[in-house]
Amino acid sequence: MNNTFNSRKLLAIPYAIFMILFVIFPLLVIVYYGFTDASGNISFQNFANFFTNTKTIGTLLYSVVIAVTVTVICLILAYPVAYILAKGEYSRKHSFLMVFVLPMWINFTLRITAMKEILTLLEGNLAYHPFLNTIICMVYDFLPFMIMPLFNSLTKIDSSLLEASADLGATKAATIFKVVLPLSVPGIISGITMVFLPAMTNYVVLDMVYNSTYIMGSLIGSYFSSYDWNNGAVISAILLMLIGLFTIITNRAISGKGEKEVAR
Amino acid sequence: MRKVFSHIWIWLVLAFLYLPVLILTFYSFTDSTMIGSVRGFSMQNYETLFTEPALIQMIVGTLILAVVVALLATILGTVGAIGAFYSKKGVRSALEFANEVPVVNADVVTGFSICILLIVLFHVDKATYLPLVVGQIALCTPFVYLSVMPRLQAMDHSLYEAALDLGAKPRTALVKAIIPQLWPGIVSGFMTAITLSLDDYFIATYTKPATFDTISTYVVNATRGSNTTIKTALWALSAVIFVIVIAVVVFNNVRRKEND
Repeated sequence: MNNTFNSRKLLAIPYAIFMILFVIFPLLVIVYYGFTDASGNISFQNFANFFTNTKTIGTLLYSVVIAVTVTVICLILAYPVAYILAKGEYSRKHSFLMVFVLPMWINFTLRITAMKEILTLLEGNLAYHPFLNTIICMVYDFLPFMIMPLFNSLTKIDSSLLEASADLGATKAATIFKVVLPLSVPGIISGITMVFLPAMTNYVVLDMVYNSTYIMGSLIGSYFSSYDWNNGAVISAILLMLIGLFTIITNRAISGKGEKEVAR
Repeated sequence: MRKVFSHIWIWLVLAFLYLPVLILTFYSFTDSTMIGSVRGFSMQNYETLFTEPALIQMIVGTLILAVVVALLATILGTVGAIGAFYSKKGVRSALEFANEVPVVNADVVTGFSICILLIVLFHVDKATYLPLVVGQIALCTPFVYLSVMPRLQAMDHSLYEAALDLGAKPRTALVKAIIPQLWPGIVSGFMTAITLSLDDYFIATYTKPATFDTISTYVVNATRGSNTTIKTALWALSAVIFVIVIAVVVFNNVRRKEND
């Protein structure tokens, strides 16, 4: 009996080895490269450079501005869609959801190409509105990733709660803001994580619409092109810290929410 | 009033999501070099797409890569999930932590870190495809794990015990009693891995052989170039992929309904 359990446990070994070698170890190597200079000596210079150079700080700020704008627009566009699909009177809502997430499976560079052609037709020259075009293309690219988690969390809300709220005299708007919105927080948070980080790092979208301003991802790309592994590693390490922080905050927010629901 | 608003919102978002691809599909059947100027009907783009060696090579290469990566990631992720499920709590949560990393990490960072490890530190030759395949497996495996794990949790474990009691070897019991129960999760993990590999740009750029292109890296380079024949042939490629995606989604939905 014990023996059979052991044998199934052993199946985790190849997976564990792979994850250590090619997921955990590369991150440690990144941190090592970030804290050494080109000749291999320990150095904090690279980090100091990032935080004292106005250009790199400007890049960080520009990425945050782009990511916040894209995330907010995606949320505003997606929430009503997810709500209408989940709680509206559409039958076969799961099939309908498919229609909204289907574009996700078309290669994103081809989709951006399509949007780029439309924008060229409308604007004449893409170079006049680099920020606007970047935002439009990113929203176009990431919107399905916002709709899906929102739908999943909205569809789980028990409809009787909404009826109860109405029976107790709440207006439609009050029900949405006091019942639906708080209960969909986990969906909102996972939607934000799906959109915010790609928007900070997916520099291909900027390249494709001729936006020559850098975001965090572009820095890694340009250090890669100039074989500057140490500075590339610094940017990766900074992104890793941001991602880690983000994940901890969002996990806490979601689990805190869960506990509150149980307590109720 | 509210209903009217709902309908308008739904249709506006649908138009936003679909019009660009639909318009591009329409123009892929013309001889225009930019949209907005209709000239004549033409199948030229489709001819180029299916005869130009560089395009064919890049499409076939991307597909082979996706299938190889998805198969390996599916085996690794499924076996890993089974192993982790029966491991001690501490081991399992450590594995689950590692599994979370590529899921939440930015693809740029995943690609760059694999590049630093294999190409810069261990001098693995990019031309061996090893960094590319390993990098994409590292990206895809966690998603396979995540789609198999819920099946393991919901599975009927007595079947495995029964198989053992009836004299099956552990390996036979695993293949005949556990794998079939996990099958839907394994299939959806495989599909996710395929789409992740097909959509990947960042891991490919940082790890691919210099002479090899995936659809993503090819398209990005083509938009920088000025070759309009290739540019409009890529419109035809989007149209073809669009149709294939619709077919797969419809087929999946129909099959699911029949199963219910």
